[in-house]
Amino acid sequence: MRLFLHQLRFEQLVFWRSREAAFFIFGFPLLLFVLLGSVYTGKIDGYKASSVLLVGMIGYGAANTAFAGTAISLVNRREYGILKRIRSTPLPAGAYLASVVVSSLIVFVLDAVALFAVGRVFFGAHLPSRIPSLLLVILLGTAVFAAMGLAATALIRSAEGSSAVVNFILLPMAFLSGSFGPTRKYPHVLRAIGDVLPLKYFIEVVRAIYLGGHEVWAKPGALGVLAAWTVGGLLVASRRFGWEPRER
Amino acid sequence: MTAISVDGLCKSYGDYEALRGISFEIAEGEVFGLLGPNGAGKTTTVEILEGYRRRDAGTVDVLGFDPDHAARAFRERIGVVLQSSELWSTLTVHETHRLFAGYYERPRDVDEVIALVGLEEKRDARVKTLSGGQKRRLDLGVALVGDPELVFLDEPTTGFDPAARRTAWEMIRSLRALGKTVLLTTHYLDEAQQLADRVAVLREGRIVSIGTPAELTGGALDTEIRFRRNGEVVVLHTEEPTKVLHELTSQAVAEGRELEGLEVRRPTLEEVYLALVQEEEASE
Repeated sequence: MRLFLHQLRFEQLVFWRSREAAFFIFGFPLLLFVLLGSVYTGKIDGYKASSVLLVGMIGYGAANTAFAGTAISLVNRREYGILKRIRSTPLPAGAYLASVVVSSLIVFVLDAVALFAVGRVFFGAHLPSRIPSLLLVILLGTAVFAAMGLAATALIRSAEGSSAVVNFILLPMAFLSGSFGPTRKYPHVLRAIGDVLPLKYFIEVVRAIYLGGHEVWAKPGALGVLAAWTVGGLLVASRRFGWEPRER
Repeated sequence: MTAISVDGLCKSYGDYEALRGISFEIAEGEVFGLLGPNGAGKTTTVEILEGYRRRDAGTVDVLGFDPDHAARAFRERIGVVLQSSELWSTLTVHETHRLFAGYYERPRDVDEVIALVGLEEKRDARVKTLSGGQKRRLDLGVALVGDPELVFLDEPTTGFDPAARRTAWEMIRSLRALGKTVLLTTHYLDEAQQLADRVAVLREGRIVSIGTPAELTGGALDTEIRFRRNGEVVVLHTEEPTKVLHELTSQAVAEGRELEGLEVRRPTLEEVYLALVQEEEASE
């Protein structure tokens, strides 16, 4: 636990000190929200457009921090030999990976708070009422996307390709899952793809809590899909995750 | 006391036999050099001892542990400098040392270690602003911050300019003064000669020679005597340099001649090493 907290402190220090990471991971969802929120006006599915987009951006933020952020930084650290170097110290592997995931959770929680603040200030969005449920789904979202991030780390072979591969997954997933606007008018094929991706279900649960005023267990089917993706991601990661550079 | 003992160590990668049964022992407080060309198996050996790779056969004992099943207690006691690894570029030298110090139960004082590796002036500089040699010193610093008994240095000076190598050598010598056991790999012969108490020459996964640098250069090759006679260079190799030299010089004195350009040379480790490598090649 001491080692975990020690590592977590440095993970946070490293994250915020890297301006690119801080901007692309933390700032980008906020920027997108302001842009999209200015374009979409009126109502979506009977709710205020900006509030629906706010939910979509929370989804995008979860995938961006826990999936993209984790995968890109872990692949880079692996290829630069940092992971290998750490393995020779007494820091347990579990404590290290936990600190990376919890660090992305902290960033995502701050991102969500900032998104609600931006929504309130710019678009008059209401503040969430079901805080415990919201925190629970944020926790679950971090778990599923971090598991996918670990799986992606295990599958990506080079540092150069990491950002491209991750964004190739992240951006279409966010688009197909309704992060950037309603998907109702998308072609069938695209909606079918979105239907199997976890982000759609995460957004569904957040929407039920924030807009519907429900508790987190109001959508058991969606929670099941998220749990399945978490397990799947962890399975891939546990088989393929490595600490040593793949390319020499 | 023995710090490391290796017996009949074998390791293959697919069909490629990287190690074909090597054995050696390293005493506590000894600086031991693994010397050999690229691909000889140096890094494979070190990485098995560090616990990164599993061996196929043989027995290995490092500080009383089997590195294949080594737990935290083992990693508390070793320090590792990898052949190539980077650290967080946005942290400072001091922060990087503090980060690693936090992994160990009884770390050394961080500023003391920074002074030991000569980075005081760079204490608050970001890692990305360091030169190659300074980064390598940082690698050594974080390897020492846990106060290990045993330090692995995999090619610690590869890519250094001569001045940086001298500085690194001084630092490695200071490890001996601290009583650390050091296992060092290098393909620089002078480095092994300068730093190691004992050297094992590795070639194609086998130890072809082992001993102190003096022993390696001692019995292995004849002494070389060179001089010019009528403008032609004469080279003699002998196991009895005193006798041969006496005959040559007394004859020259008797005839009133000068032995022009007379040289008597002991073979350097480099020559011994090249001879070992060539023997191997000849026998193939």
